[in-house]
Amino acid sequence: MNTRTEPVVIRRLFIGIALGFFGLFIVLPLICVFYHAFSKGWVVYLQALAHPDALAAMRLTVITALVAVPLNLVFGVAASWAIAKFDFKGRDLLLSLIDLPLSVSPVIAGLIFVLIFGAQGALGPWLRAHNIHVIFALPGIILATIFVTFPMVARELIPVMRSQGNEEEEAALTLGASGWKTFWMVSVPNIRWGILYGIILCNARAMGEFGAVSVVSGHIRGLTNTLPLHVEILYNEYQSAAAFAAASILVLLAIVTLVAKTVIEAVIRRGHTA
Amino acid sequence: MKPGFVKKSILPGFSLSLGFTIFYLSLIVLIPLAMLFIKSSSLGMAQFWSVITADRTLAAYRLSFGTAFASACVNAVFGSIVAWVLVRYSFPGKRIVDALVDFPLALPTAVAGITLTELYAPTGWIGQFLNVLGIKGAFSPFGITVALTFIGLPFVVRTVQPVLEDLDPQIEEAAASLGADRWQTVRLVILPVIFPALLTGVTLAFARAIGEYGSVIFIAGNMPLKTEIAPLLIMTKLEQYDYAGATAIAIGMLLISFVLLAAANYFQWLTSKNLGKV
Repeated sequence: MNTRTEPVVIRRLFIGIALGFFGLFIVLPLICVFYHAFSKGWVVYLQALAHPDALAAMRLTVITALVAVPLNLVFGVAASWAIAKFDFKGRDLLLSLIDLPLSVSPVIAGLIFVLIFGAQGALGPWLRAHNIHVIFALPGIILATIFVTFPMVARELIPVMRSQGNEEEEAALTLGASGWKTFWMVSVPNIRWGILYGIILCNARAMGEFGAVSVVSGHIRGLTNTLPLHVEILYNEYQSAAAFAAASILVLLAIVTLVAKTVIEAVIRRGHTA
Repeated sequence: MKPGFVKKSILPGFSLSLGFTIFYLSLIVLIPLAMLFIKSSSLGMAQFWSVITADRTLAAYRLSFGTAFASACVNAVFGSIVAWVLVRYSFPGKRIVDALVDFPLALPTAVAGITLTELYAPTGWIGQFLNVLGIKGAFSPFGITVALTFIGLPFVVRTVQPVLEDLDPQIEEAAASLGADRWQTVRLVILPVIFPALLTGVTLAFARAIGEYGSVIFIAGNMPLKTEIAPLLIMTKLEQYDYAGATAIAIGMLLISFVLLAAANYFQWLTSKNLGKV
């Protein structure tokens, strides 16, 4: 008998417990969203999604992600280049500082930007004098989103870049390629799947962020409501079917994210074994 | 650059990439976070203390930490079982289950919030059965614990899973050949090796749960002193323009989060040390 496994009964019992827990906490909520979204039929579902406020919320969510994700991508590539390719003092400290936003409550993330840019904030009077709106406006929403998604590309890229080593770049440089040419022709192609992976995870969080955005948005309909905030408003107004219809879009985003993540993980694994 | 600060390399771009990293990090994270501490220093110790020891604040801290701890314990047990089953056994649909473990991280928290509320409300699919048992599902600490368990599950599974995968099969075979039964092997050989990883995962789940907002506020009930979590109290203070109060509560939470993060890092270090040893 194999010494590394348990009797069939125990095995089945454990699989049963795991799947039961899993069904209760993951599968049932998934079914629940679509059940409620379609509880009043297709027409109500489509009407909820075609509502001007819903469309404005989707647009704002996309705009926010389109600004936040590329900025964090550039940061992620720069940070992983410095951290993975070089050995310098304070590298571990820098790594911990980059992960810092993950351990800050989203509400606190929103709060810090209110303290800086809000009416009573440090820059409040100056901004008012120049008629610039940050809090309760698009810039605040984007800033809060950048903060909460800050490490998401970097922490995926650093291990990928590190596992690549420096040999290929060193060979290119020795053969006379310039620094930038080496970066674009050697390093970037090597980490392209890692980059895509980071973008996908960062985007999912950017589009779904609720707490931080909620603090800085001011909840102005059609103007500063992102899709998650739109879901909240509808739900609090007891428009359950419409709220779940909007939520179903975010669930689809989550599912697409997971599928893409699984595919990319498989590609990266295959690349390692090949 | 100071000599000796960086190990020599023929690769270019160190100053540029590190410079940009530190600039962006300071601009987005460090300076804004520092503002929180600057703001709190204008408060004065006495005022700071009176805010964070007010009945309502203490009740919110107690609730946040209590439910976060309860959910971390639930995830320690079930998260380990899920990780074990995913690594060791094969069953139909295993790859889908494996991919869906990250669902709570990919799903926007507000969606998780309204969905769990709907499920655990007195008339909901699960809530009606809990009602019969005399348990209040949504709008109670029970409901908050459910939401935090949902959010924390991937942290435990994803830290325990790789350690189980890396476990050297020979140590189990050695234990078995020396006469240990299966239960003894699991308890005395496998568990001690994965324990630090389990602690790391549980601590990460706990830290995330303390600050969690979106998935909790719908299911919590939000009654001051009873079902009001700490992040919601910060929100309430902000809406009343009590910036000083909000800052004080936030500092309290942040300091505890940082201690937890340090603990998680320490457990992580223990894990790699353990794996290196066996």
